[in-house]
Amino acid sequence: MPARFEPRSTEVSEPFWRATRERRLIMQWCRPCEHVVFYPREVCPRCLGSNLEWRDSPGTGTVYAFSVHYRTGSPELMDRTPYVVALVDLTEGARLMTNIVGCEPDDIGVGMGVQVTWELLADGRHLPLFEPSTGSHGDSSRR
Amino acid sequence: MGERTLRGATAVVGVADAASPTGELPNRGRALEAAMIAEALDDAGLTLRDVDGVCHVGPSTYVGSSLGLAEYLGIRPVFTEGTNVGGSSYEVHLEHAAAAIATGLCEVVVCTYAETPRGDRNRGIDSEMPLWIGYHPEAEWEAPFGLWQPMGPYALAASRHMAQYGTTPEQLAQIAVSTRQWAAMNPRARYQSPITVEDVIDSPVLLSPLHRLDCCLVTDGAGAFVLTSAERAADLAKPPAYVLGAASCHDHDMISQMPDITVTAGAVSGRRAFDMAGITTADVDVLMAYDSFTITALLHLEDLGFCAKGEGGSFVEDGKLGPGGSLPMNTNGGGLSYTHPGMYGMFLVVEAVRQLRGECDSRQVPGATVAVAHGAGGALSAMGTVVLGTREAL
Ligand SMILES: [Zn+2]
Repeated sequence: MPARFEPRSTEVSEPFWRATRERRLIMQWCRPCEHVVFYPREVCPRCLGSNLEWRDSPGTGTVYAFSVHYRTGSPELMDRTPYVVALVDLTEGARLMTNIVGCEPDDIGVGMGVQVTWELLADGRHLPLFEPSTGSHGDSSRR
Repeated sequence: MGERTLRGATAVVGVADAASPTGELPNRGRALEAAMIAEALDDAGLTLRDVDGVCHVGPSTYVGSSLGLAEYLGIRPVFTEGTNVGGSSYEVHLEHAAAAIATGLCEVVVCTYAETPRGDRNRGIDSEMPLWIGYHPEAEWEAPFGLWQPMGPYALAASRHMAQYGTTPEQLAQIAVSTRQWAAMNPRARYQSPITVEDVIDSPVLLSPLHRLDCCLVTDGAGAFVLTSAERAADLAKPPAYVLGAASCHDHDMISQMPDITVTAGAVSGRRAFDMAGITTADVDVLMAYDSFTITALLHLEDLGFCAKGEGGSFVEDGKLGPGGSLPMNTNGGGLSYTHPGMYGMFLVVEAVRQLRGECDSRQVPGATVAVAHGAGGALSAMGTVVLGTREAL
Protein backbone atom coordinates (compact mmCIF):
# COMPACT_ATOMS: atom_id res chain seq x y z
CA MET A 1 0.00 0.00 0.00
CA PRO A 2 1.39 3.43 -0.90
CA ALA A 3 2.15 5.78 1.97
CA ARG A 4 -0.22 8.35 0.52
CA PHE A 5 -3.09 8.76 -1.88
CA GLU A 6 -0.96 9.91 -4.80
CA PRO A 7 -2.11 13.30 -6.10
CA ARG A 8 -3.28 13.10 -9.69
CA SER A 9 -1.73 15.84 -11.74
CA THR A 10 -2.96 17.48 -14.89
CA GLU A 11 -1.21 19.22 -17.75
CA VAL A 12 -1.80 22.59 -16.10
CA SER A 13 -0.57 21.54 -12.66
CA GLU A 14 2.44 19.58 -13.91
CA PRO A 15 4.91 22.46 -13.23
CA PHE A 16 3.71 22.59 -9.61
CA TRP A 17 4.43 18.90 -9.07
CA ARG A 18 7.68 19.00 -11.06
CA ALA A 19 8.95 21.74 -8.71
CA THR A 20 8.15 19.58 -5.71
CA ARG A 21 10.79 17.12 -6.92
CA GLU A 22 13.26 19.85 -5.88
CA ARG A 23 11.23 20.63 -2.75
CA ARG A 24 10.19 23.96 -4.25
CA LEU A 25 6.71 25.42 -3.68
CA ILE A 26 5.58 27.45 -6.67
CA MET A 27 2.33 29.28 -7.23
CA GLN A 28 0.54 30.31 -10.38
CA TRP A 29 -0.06 34.04 -10.84
CA CYS A 30 -2.15 36.05 -13.29
CA ARG A 31 0.13 38.75 -14.67
CA PRO A 32 -2.53 41.36 -15.57
CA CYS A 33 -4.46 40.84 -12.29
CA GLU A 34 -1.28 40.44 -10.22
CA HIS A 35 -3.28 37.79 -8.37
CA VAL A 36 -2.28 34.37 -7.11
CA VAL A 37 -4.28 31.50 -8.61
CA PHE A 38 -4.69 28.28 -6.62
CA TYR A 39 -5.41 25.54 -7.51
CA PRO A 40 -3.65 25.93 -10.87
CA ARG A 41 -5.97 26.65 -13.77
CA GLU A 42 -5.86 27.11 -17.52
CA VAL A 43 -7.30 30.60 -17.02
CA CYS A 44 -7.41 33.20 -14.26
CA PRO A 45 -10.74 33.03 -12.39
CA ARG A 46 -10.80 36.83 -12.16
CA CYS A 47 -10.27 37.83 -15.80
CA LEU A 48 -10.51 34.50 -17.67
CA GLY A 49 -7.22 35.41 -19.30
CA SER A 50 -4.45 32.88 -19.83
CA ASN A 51 -1.51 35.19 -19.18
CA LEU A 52 -0.34 33.15 -16.22
CA GLU A 53 3.12 32.48 -14.83
CA TRP A 54 4.74 30.44 -12.06
CA ARG A 55 6.51 32.17 -9.16
CA ASP A 56 8.33 30.81 -6.15
CA SER A 57 6.33 30.89 -2.95
CA PRO A 58 8.00 31.87 0.32
CA GLY A 59 6.22 28.81 1.75
CA THR A 60 5.04 30.58 4.86
CA GLY A 61 1.55 31.14 6.14
CA THR A 62 -0.91 30.73 8.97
CA VAL A 63 -3.36 28.02 9.99
CA TYR A 64 -6.85 29.05 8.84
CA ALA A 65 -8.67 25.96 10.15
CA PHE A 66 -7.67 22.48 11.25
CA SER A 67 -9.06 19.15 12.37
CA VAL A 68 -7.25 16.45 14.30
CA HIS A 69 -8.23 13.18 12.65
CA TYR A 70 -8.43 10.48 15.33
CA ARG A 71 -10.10 8.30 12.73
CA THR A 72 -9.72 8.21 8.99
CA GLY A 73 -11.37 6.95 5.87
CA SER A 74 -7.99 6.76 4.13
CA PRO A 75 -6.62 3.20 4.49
CA GLU A 76 -3.07 4.34 3.75
CA LEU A 77 -3.18 6.78 6.67
CA MET A 78 -4.67 4.41 9.28
CA ASP A 79 -1.41 3.96 11.14
CA ARG A 80 -0.74 7.70 11.20
CA THR A 81 -3.73 8.69 13.34
CA PRO A 82 -4.04 11.06 14.99
CA TYR A 83 -2.97 13.34 12.16
CA VAL A 84 -3.90 16.93 11.45
CA VAL A 85 -5.64 18.15 8.31
CA ALA A 86 -5.51 21.91 7.93
CA LEU A 87 -6.26 24.78 5.62
CA VAL A 88 -3.27 27.11 5.48
CA ASP A 89 -3.35 30.68 4.19
CA LEU A 90 -0.08 31.35 2.43
CA THR A 91 1.51 34.75 2.90
CA GLU A 92 0.84 35.64 -0.75
CA GLY A 93 -2.86 34.94 -0.37
CA ALA A 94 -3.54 31.40 -1.58
CA ARG A 95 -5.28 28.89 0.67
CA LEU A 96 -4.41 25.23 0.46
CA MET A 97 -5.22 22.00 2.22
CA THR A 98 -2.31 20.28 3.92
CA ASN A 99 -1.20 18.38 7.00
CA ILE A 100 0.45 20.05 9.97
CA VAL A 101 3.42 18.00 11.15
CA GLY A 102 6.39 18.45 13.44
CA CYS A 103 4.42 19.17 16.61
CA GLU A 104 1.78 17.65 18.86
CA PRO A 105 -1.80 18.11 17.65
CA ASP A 106 -2.58 19.83 20.96
CA ASP A 107 -0.04 22.53 20.17
CA ILE A 108 -1.77 23.60 16.96
CA GLY A 109 -4.11 26.56 16.88
CA VAL A 110 -5.92 28.66 14.33
CA GLY A 111 -3.67 31.61 13.42
CA MET A 112 -0.46 29.73 14.16
CA GLY A 113 2.47 30.55 11.88
CA VAL A 114 3.65 27.67 9.71
CA GLN A 115 6.22 26.96 7.03
CA VAL A 116 6.38 24.38 4.29
CA THR A 117 8.10 21.06 4.74
CA TRP A 118 8.09 18.08 2.42
CA GLU A 119 7.13 14.42 2.37
CA LEU A 120 8.60 12.25 -0.35
CA LEU A 121 6.10 10.41 -2.52
CA ALA A 122 6.81 7.07 -4.16
CA ASP A 123 7.33 8.63 -7.59
CA GLY A 124 9.88 11.22 -6.49
CA ARG A 125 7.45 14.11 -6.16
CA HIS A 126 6.97 15.67 -2.73
CA LEU A 127 3.80 16.57 -0.92
CA PRO A 128 3.80 20.05 0.65
CA LEU A 129 3.11 19.74 4.37
CA PHE A 130 3.49 22.46 6.99
CA GLU A 131 5.19 22.67 10.36
CA PRO A 132 5.28 25.39 13.03
CA SER A 133 7.37 28.27 11.73
CA THR A 134 10.78 28.80 13.21
CA GLY A 135 10.63 32.53 12.38
CA SER A 136 8.18 35.13 13.56
CA HIS A 137 5.41 34.46 11.03
CA GLY A 138 1.84 34.36 12.17
CA ASP A 139 0.32 34.98 15.54
CA SER A 140 0.58 31.94 17.74
CA SER A 141 -1.30 33.66 20.55
CA ARG A 142 -4.56 33.17 18.63
CA ARG A 143 -5.72 29.87 19.99
CA MET B 1 -38.21 40.51 -7.87
CA GLY B 2 -40.85 42.84 -9.33
CA GLU B 3 -43.58 41.05 -11.28
CA ARG B 4 -41.45 37.97 -11.77
CA THR B 5 -41.92 36.69 -8.25
CA LEU B 6 -42.84 33.10 -7.58
CA ARG B 7 -44.68 34.15 -4.44
CA GLY B 8 -47.92 32.26 -4.03
CA ALA B 9 -47.92 30.90 -7.58
CA THR B 10 -47.47 27.27 -6.59
CA ALA B 11 -48.04 24.99 -3.63
CA VAL B 12 -46.86 21.69 -2.25
CA VAL B 13 -50.01 19.58 -2.21
CA GLY B 14 -48.78 16.10 -1.40
CA VAL B 15 -45.99 14.68 0.74
CA ALA B 16 -44.72 11.32 1.90
CA ASP B 17 -41.69 10.01 3.69
CA ALA B 18 -40.43 6.75 5.09
CA ALA B 19 -38.08 6.17 8.02
CA SER B 20 -37.90 3.73 10.89
CA PRO B 21 -36.52 3.54 14.44
CA THR B 22 -34.47 0.58 13.28
CA GLY B 23 -32.86 2.81 10.67
CA GLU B 24 -33.81 0.25 8.04
CA LEU B 25 -36.58 0.01 5.47
CA PRO B 26 -37.90 -3.19 3.91
CA ASN B 27 -37.57 -2.09 0.29
CA ARG B 28 -35.24 0.04 -1.79
CA GLY B 29 -34.55 1.70 -5.12
CA ARG B 30 -37.27 2.30 -7.69
CA ALA B 31 -39.82 0.29 -5.72
CA LEU B 32 -39.34 2.61 -2.76
CA GLU B 33 -39.41 5.72 -4.94
CA ALA B 34 -42.60 4.53 -6.64
CA ALA B 35 -44.20 3.83 -3.26
CA MET B 36 -43.33 7.35 -2.10
CA ILE B 37 -44.75 8.89 -5.27
CA ALA B 38 -47.95 6.88 -4.92
CA GLU B 39 -48.30 7.94 -1.29
CA ALA B 40 -47.62 11.62 -2.04
CA LEU B 41 -50.06 11.65 -4.98
CA ASP B 42 -52.68 9.97 -2.84
CA ASP B 43 -52.03 12.55 -0.12
CA ALA B 44 -52.73 15.25 -2.72
CA GLY B 45 -55.77 13.54 -4.22
CA LEU B 46 -53.99 13.22 -7.58
CA THR B 47 -52.95 10.28 -9.73
CA LEU B 48 -49.94 9.51 -11.87
CA ARG B 49 -51.99 10.56 -14.91
CA ASP B 50 -51.95 14.12 -13.59
CA VAL B 51 -48.16 14.26 -13.46
CA ASP B 52 -46.41 16.13 -16.26
CA GLY B 53 -43.11 16.97 -14.55
CA VAL B 54 -40.57 14.89 -12.66
CA CYS B 55 -37.56 15.69 -10.47
CA HIS B 56 -35.15 13.05 -9.34
CA VAL B 57 -31.69 12.56 -8.03
CA GLY B 58 -30.48 9.79 -5.84
CA PRO B 59 -27.58 7.46 -5.17
CA SER B 60 -25.98 5.33 -7.85
CA THR B 61 -27.19 7.65 -10.57
CA TYR B 62 -24.89 9.93 -12.48
CA VAL B 63 -26.94 10.95 -15.49
CA GLY B 64 -30.44 10.30 -16.69
CA SER B 65 -31.90 9.62 -13.27
CA SER B 66 -35.15 11.45 -13.97
CA LEU B 67 -35.28 9.65 -17.30
CA GLY B 68 -35.00 6.26 -15.65
CA LEU B 69 -37.62 7.13 -13.06
CA ALA B 70 -40.11 8.36 -15.66
CA GLU B 71 -39.47 5.28 -17.76
CA TYR B 72 -40.09 3.02 -14.75
CA LEU B 73 -43.35 4.86 -14.05
CA GLY B 74 -44.34 4.82 -17.71
CA ILE B 75 -44.92 8.57 -17.88
CA ARG B 76 -43.89 11.14 -20.46
CA PRO B 77 -43.05 14.34 -18.56
CA VAL B 78 -42.65 17.71 -20.29
CA PHE B 79 -40.54 19.03 -17.41
CA THR B 80 -37.55 17.13 -16.09
CA GLU B 81 -35.06 18.07 -13.39
CA GLY B 82 -32.03 16.09 -12.30
CA THR B 83 -29.80 18.75 -10.76
CA ASN B 84 -27.47 17.12 -8.25
CA VAL B 85 -26.01 19.55 -5.72
CA GLY B 86 -26.01 17.01 -2.92
CA GLY B 87 -28.36 17.19 0.04
CA SER B 88 -30.04 20.45 -0.97
CA SER B 89 -31.01 19.08 -4.38
CA TYR B 90 -34.65 18.79 -3.32
CA GLU B 91 -34.91 22.44 -2.30
CA VAL B 92 -33.33 23.37 -5.62
CA HIS B 93 -35.70 21.03 -7.47
CA LEU B 94 -38.64 22.65 -5.70
CA GLU B 95 -37.41 26.11 -6.69
CA HIS B 96 -36.98 25.11 -10.33
CA ALA B 97 -40.27 23.24 -10.47
CA ALA B 98 -42.09 26.22 -8.96
CA ALA B 99 -40.59 28.45 -11.64
CA ALA B 100 -41.59 25.98 -14.35
CA ILE B 101 -45.17 25.75 -13.12
CA ALA B 102 -45.42 29.50 -12.59
CA THR B 103 -44.36 30.11 -16.19
CA GLY B 104 -46.69 27.48 -17.60
CA LEU B 105 -44.14 24.86 -18.63
CA CYS B 106 -45.98 22.17 -16.69
CA GLU B 107 -48.65 21.77 -14.06
CA VAL B 108 -48.02 18.87 -11.66
CA VAL B 109 -44.48 17.94 -10.67
CA VAL B 110 -43.40 15.04 -8.49
CA CYS B 111 -40.02 14.93 -6.80
CA THR B 112 -38.73 11.83 -5.06
CA TYR B 113 -35.71 10.41 -3.28
CA ALA B 114 -34.82 7.06 -1.78
CA GLU B 115 -31.55 5.86 -0.32
CA THR B 116 -31.01 2.81 1.84
CA PRO B 117 -27.39 2.56 2.99
CA ARG B 118 -28.16 0.26 5.94
CA GLY B 119 -30.50 -2.08 4.14
CA ASP B 120 -28.12 -2.24 1.21
CA ARG B 121 -25.26 -3.21 3.49
CA ASN B 122 -27.37 -6.04 4.94
CA ARG B 123 -28.24 -7.20 1.42
CA GLY B 124 -24.62 -7.05 0.33
CA ILE B 125 -25.41 -4.37 -2.24
CA ASP B 126 -22.60 -1.90 -2.85
CA SER B 127 -24.56 1.30 -3.45
CA GLU B 128 -21.71 3.61 -2.53
CA MET B 129 -20.78 5.98 -5.32
CA PRO B 130 -17.13 6.69 -6.00
CA LEU B 131 -16.24 10.20 -4.91
CA TRP B 132 -15.13 11.17 -8.38
CA ILE B 133 -15.50 9.98 -11.91
CA GLY B 134 -12.28 10.60 -13.80
CA TYR B 135 -10.23 13.59 -12.72
CA HIS B 136 -11.50 15.82 -9.93
CA PRO B 137 -9.52 18.62 -8.26
CA GLU B 138 -10.25 16.98 -4.90
CA ALA B 139 -8.16 13.99 -5.94
CA GLU B 140 -5.23 16.31 -6.46
CA TRP B 141 -5.55 19.00 -3.79
CA GLU B 142 -7.46 17.43 -0.88
CA ALA B 143 -7.49 13.62 -0.89
CA PRO B 144 -3.69 13.23 -0.49
CA PHE B 145 -3.97 14.87 2.93
CA GLY B 146 -6.52 12.39 4.25
CA LEU B 147 -9.48 14.70 4.81
CA TRP B 148 -12.18 12.27 5.91
CA GLN B 149 -15.39 12.80 3.97
CA PRO B 150 -18.08 13.81 4.59
CA MET B 151 -17.21 14.91 8.13
CA GLY B 152 -13.88 16.66 7.44
CA PRO B 153 -15.11 19.91 5.88
CA TYR B 154 -17.54 20.47 8.76
CA ALA B 155 -14.83 19.80 11.35
CA LEU B 156 -12.68 22.44 9.65
CA ALA B 157 -15.58 24.92 9.67
CA ALA B 158 -16.24 24.25 13.35
CA SER B 159 -12.59 24.78 14.27
CA ARG B 160 -12.53 28.12 12.50
CA HIS B 161 -15.86 29.23 13.97
CA MET B 162 -14.65 28.37 17.47
CA ALA B 163 -11.38 30.24 17.02
CA GLN B 164 -12.91 33.27 15.34
CA TYR B 165 -16.04 33.67 17.46
CA GLY B 166 -15.43 31.74 20.66
CA THR B 167 -18.13 29.18 19.92
CA THR B 168 -17.84 26.28 22.38
CA PRO B 169 -18.32 22.52 22.01
CA GLU B 170 -21.09 22.79 24.62
CA GLN B 171 -22.99 25.31 22.49
CA LEU B 172 -22.79 23.05 19.46
CA ALA B 173 -23.86 20.14 21.64
CA GLN B 174 -27.01 22.02 22.65
CA ILE B 175 -28.19 21.82 19.05
CA ALA B 176 -28.00 18.02 19.20
CA VAL B 177 -29.79 18.06 22.56
CA SER B 178 -32.67 20.27 21.35
CA THR B 179 -33.02 18.23 18.18
CA ARG B 180 -33.21 15.00 20.19
CA GLN B 181 -36.05 16.51 22.25
CA TRP B 182 -38.05 16.81 19.05
CA ALA B 183 -37.09 13.30 17.98
CA ALA B 184 -38.49 11.99 21.27
CA MET B 185 -41.91 13.04 19.95
CA ASN B 186 -41.48 11.36 16.56
CA PRO B 187 -42.27 7.64 16.82
CA ARG B 188 -40.43 6.98 13.55
CA ALA B 189 -37.19 8.69 14.65
CA ARG B 190 -34.06 6.56 14.77
CA TYR B 191 -33.06 7.89 18.19
CA GLN B 192 -35.71 9.01 20.66
CA SER B 193 -34.01 8.83 24.07
CA PRO B 194 -33.11 12.20 25.58
CA ILE B 195 -29.47 13.23 25.66
CA THR B 196 -27.62 15.93 27.57
CA VAL B 197 -24.85 18.31 26.63
CA GLU B 198 -22.55 16.11 28.70
CA ASP B 199 -23.56 13.06 26.65
CA VAL B 200 -22.49 14.86 23.48
CA ILE B 201 -19.22 16.08 24.99
CA ASP B 202 -18.49 12.60 26.37
CA SER B 203 -19.09 10.93 23.01
CA PRO B 204 -15.85 10.20 21.14
CA VAL B 205 -14.12 12.92 19.15
CA LEU B 206 -13.58 11.41 15.72
CA LEU B 207 -12.45 14.54 13.91
CA SER B 208 -11.80 17.44 16.25
CA PRO B 209 -13.66 19.48 17.28
CA LEU B 210 -16.74 17.38 16.46
CA HIS B 211 -18.04 14.57 18.67
CA ARG B 212 -19.91 11.53 17.47
CA LEU B 213 -23.19 13.06 18.66
CA ASP B 214 -22.47 16.21 16.66
CA CYS B 215 -22.87 14.05 13.55
CA CYS B 216 -25.90 12.96 11.60
CA LEU B 217 -27.14 9.41 11.31
CA VAL B 218 -26.71 6.91 8.52
CA THR B 219 -30.16 5.41 7.95
CA ASP B 220 -32.50 4.25 5.22
CA GLY B 221 -35.01 6.87 4.16
CA ALA B 222 -37.20 8.02 1.32
CA GLY B 223 -39.68 10.71 0.48
CA ALA B 224 -41.64 12.53 -2.18
CA PHE B 225 -43.54 15.74 -2.68
CA VAL B 226 -46.01 16.97 -5.27
CA LEU B 227 -46.03 20.57 -6.46
CA THR B 228 -48.72 22.24 -8.56
CA SER B 229 -50.18 25.64 -9.38
CA ALA B 230 -51.99 27.59 -6.68
CA GLU B 231 -55.16 27.42 -8.80
CA ARG B 232 -55.11 23.65 -9.01
CA ALA B 233 -54.02 23.34 -5.37
CA ALA B 234 -57.21 25.00 -4.19
CA ASP B 235 -59.35 21.98 -5.16
CA LEU B 236 -57.15 19.20 -3.79
CA ALA B 237 -57.33 16.93 -0.78
CA LYS B 238 -55.18 18.79 1.74
CA PRO B 239 -54.62 22.44 2.61
CA PRO B 240 -51.93 23.78 0.22
CA ALA B 241 -48.50 24.75 1.50
CA TYR B 242 -47.88 27.73 -0.74
CA VAL B 243 -44.40 28.45 -2.04
CA LEU B 244 -43.84 32.01 -0.83
CA GLY B 245 -40.18 32.20 -1.76
CA ALA B 246 -37.41 30.02 -3.14
CA ALA B 247 -33.77 30.69 -3.97
CA SER B 248 -30.45 28.90 -4.20
CA CYS B 249 -26.77 29.78 -4.30
CA HIS B 250 -23.44 27.94 -4.36
CA ASP B 251 -19.98 29.37 -3.87
CA HIS B 252 -17.52 26.44 -4.13
CA ASP B 253 -17.31 22.72 -4.67
CA MET B 254 -14.47 21.47 -2.47
CA ILE B 255 -14.04 22.91 1.01
CA SER B 256 -10.52 24.28 0.44
CA GLN B 257 -12.01 26.69 -2.12
CA MET B 258 -14.77 28.05 0.15
CA PRO B 259 -14.22 31.82 0.32
CA ASP B 260 -15.01 32.13 4.05
CA ILE B 261 -15.52 28.82 5.80
CA THR B 262 -17.77 30.46 8.42
CA VAL B 263 -20.18 32.03 5.91
CA THR B 264 -22.23 29.84 3.57
CA ALA B 265 -24.03 30.69 0.36
CA GLY B 266 -27.18 30.47 2.50
CA ALA B 267 -26.58 34.13 3.33
CA VAL B 268 -27.51 34.78 -0.31
CA SER B 269 -30.19 32.13 -0.89
CA GLY B 270 -31.82 32.93 2.44
CA ARG B 271 -32.04 36.67 1.82
CA ARG B 272 -33.40 36.14 -1.69
CA ALA B 273 -36.01 33.62 -0.58
CA PHE B 274 -37.10 35.69 2.42
CA ASP B 275 -37.28 38.84 0.26
CA MET B 276 -39.39 37.02 -2.32
CA ALA B 277 -41.68 35.78 0.43
CA GLY B 278 -41.84 39.22 2.02
CA ILE B 279 -40.92 37.82 5.42
CA THR B 280 -38.31 38.36 8.08
CA THR B 281 -36.91 35.83 10.52
CA ALA B 282 -39.55 36.95 13.03
CA ASP B 283 -42.25 35.51 10.75
CA VAL B 284 -40.79 32.00 10.74
CA ASP B 285 -42.82 29.60 12.89
CA VAL B 286 -40.87 26.44 12.02
CA LEU B 287 -37.32 26.25 10.72
CA MET B 288 -36.20 23.09 8.98
CA ALA B 289 -32.45 23.64 8.59
CA TYR B 290 -30.20 20.90 7.24
CA ASP B 291 -28.29 19.42 10.16
CA SER B 292 -25.69 17.09 8.74
CA PHE B 293 -23.65 18.20 11.73
CA THR B 294 -24.38 20.57 14.60
CA ILE B 295 -22.07 23.17 13.05
CA THR B 296 -24.07 23.01 9.81
CA ALA B 297 -27.25 24.04 11.62
CA LEU B 298 -25.42 26.76 13.54
CA LEU B 299 -24.10 28.30 10.32
CA HIS B 300 -27.63 28.25 8.87
CA LEU B 301 -29.02 30.15 11.87
CA GLU B 302 -26.44 32.89 11.33
CA ASP B 303 -26.57 32.98 7.55
CA LEU B 304 -30.38 33.10 7.46
CA GLY B 305 -30.21 36.05 9.87
CA PHE B 306 -31.79 34.52 12.98
CA CYS B 307 -28.74 35.87 14.80
CA ALA B 308 -25.64 37.83 13.82
CA LYS B 309 -22.60 36.10 12.34
CA GLY B 310 -20.58 34.61 15.18
CA GLU B 311 -23.43 34.69 17.69
CA GLY B 312 -24.92 31.30 16.85
CA GLY B 313 -23.38 29.67 19.90
CA SER B 314 -24.97 31.99 22.45
CA PHE B 315 -28.17 32.04 20.38
CA VAL B 316 -28.78 28.30 20.73
CA GLU B 317 -27.54 27.66 24.25
CA ASP B 318 -30.80 28.49 26.03
CA GLY B 319 -32.54 25.64 24.21
CA LYS B 320 -34.80 27.89 22.12
CA LEU B 321 -34.60 25.46 19.21
CA GLY B 322 -36.38 22.71 21.15
CA PRO B 323 -40.03 22.03 22.01
CA GLY B 324 -41.63 25.09 23.58
CA GLY B 325 -38.74 27.29 22.51
CA SER B 326 -39.02 30.51 20.52
CA LEU B 327 -37.55 29.01 17.32
CA PRO B 328 -38.73 25.43 16.76
CA MET B 329 -36.05 23.88 14.55
CA ASN B 330 -35.97 20.44 12.93
CA THR B 331 -39.16 19.27 14.57
CA ASN B 332 -38.95 15.80 12.99
CA GLY B 333 -35.74 15.15 14.91
CA GLY B 334 -33.48 16.22 12.06
CA GLY B 335 -30.65 14.47 10.35
CA LEU B 336 -29.11 14.21 13.81
CA SER B 337 -31.86 11.99 15.29
CA TYR B 338 -34.68 11.28 12.80
CA THR B 339 -33.07 9.98 9.61
CA HIS B 340 -30.18 10.81 7.29
CA PRO B 341 -29.81 8.53 4.28
CA GLY B 342 -27.28 10.82 2.58
CA MET B 343 -29.24 13.55 0.82
CA TYR B 344 -31.51 14.72 3.59
CA GLY B 345 -33.12 17.79 1.97
CA MET B 346 -36.30 15.90 1.02
CA PHE B 347 -37.28 15.47 4.66
CA LEU B 348 -37.02 19.21 5.34
CA VAL B 349 -39.78 19.90 2.82
CA VAL B 350 -42.00 17.04 4.00
CA GLU B 351 -41.89 18.10 7.66
CA ALA B 352 -42.37 21.80 6.83
CA VAL B 353 -45.54 20.94 4.90
CA ARG B 354 -46.88 18.70 7.67
CA GLN B 355 -46.30 21.43 10.26
CA LEU B 356 -48.24 23.92 8.14
CA ARG B 357 -51.10 21.43 7.84
CA GLY B 358 -51.15 20.73 11.58
CA GLU B 359 -50.40 17.03 11.05
CA CYS B 360 -47.52 16.66 13.50
CA ASP B 361 -49.34 15.32 16.56
CA SER B 362 -47.42 15.88 19.79
CA ARG B 363 -44.60 17.74 18.08
CA GLN B 364 -46.95 20.12 16.27
CA VAL B 365 -45.98 23.79 16.53
CA PRO B 366 -49.35 25.41 17.34
CA GLY B 367 -50.69 27.72 14.64
CA ALA B 368 -47.68 27.46 12.34
CA THR B 369 -48.28 29.53 9.20
CA VAL B 370 -44.74 30.02 7.85
CA ALA B 371 -42.14 27.26 7.61
CA VAL B 372 -38.69 27.40 6.04
CA ALA B 373 -36.86 24.45 4.49
CA HIS B 374 -33.17 25.27 4.13
CA GLY B 375 -31.00 22.64 2.51
CA ALA B 376 -27.23 22.31 2.33
CA GLY B 377 -25.39 20.26 -0.27
CA GLY B 378 -21.82 19.26 -0.99
CA ALA B 379 -19.20 20.45 1.48
CA LEU B 380 -21.18 23.46 2.71
CA SER B 381 -21.28 24.25 -1.00
CA ALA B 382 -24.83 24.60 -2.29
CA MET B 383 -27.70 26.14 -0.34
CA GLY B 384 -31.37 26.07 -1.24
CA THR B 385 -33.97 27.99 0.74
CA VAL B 386 -37.72 27.46 0.40
CA VAL B 387 -40.31 29.52 2.30
CA LEU B 388 -43.69 27.81 2.60
CA GLY B 389 -46.87 29.23 4.06
CA THR B 390 -50.52 28.50 4.71
CA ARG B 391 -53.39 30.41 3.09
CA GLU B 392 -53.24 32.87 6.02
CA ALA B 393 -49.62 33.68 5.13
CA LEU B 394 -50.38 34.40 1.49
ZN1 LIG C 1 -6.56 37.61 -14.16
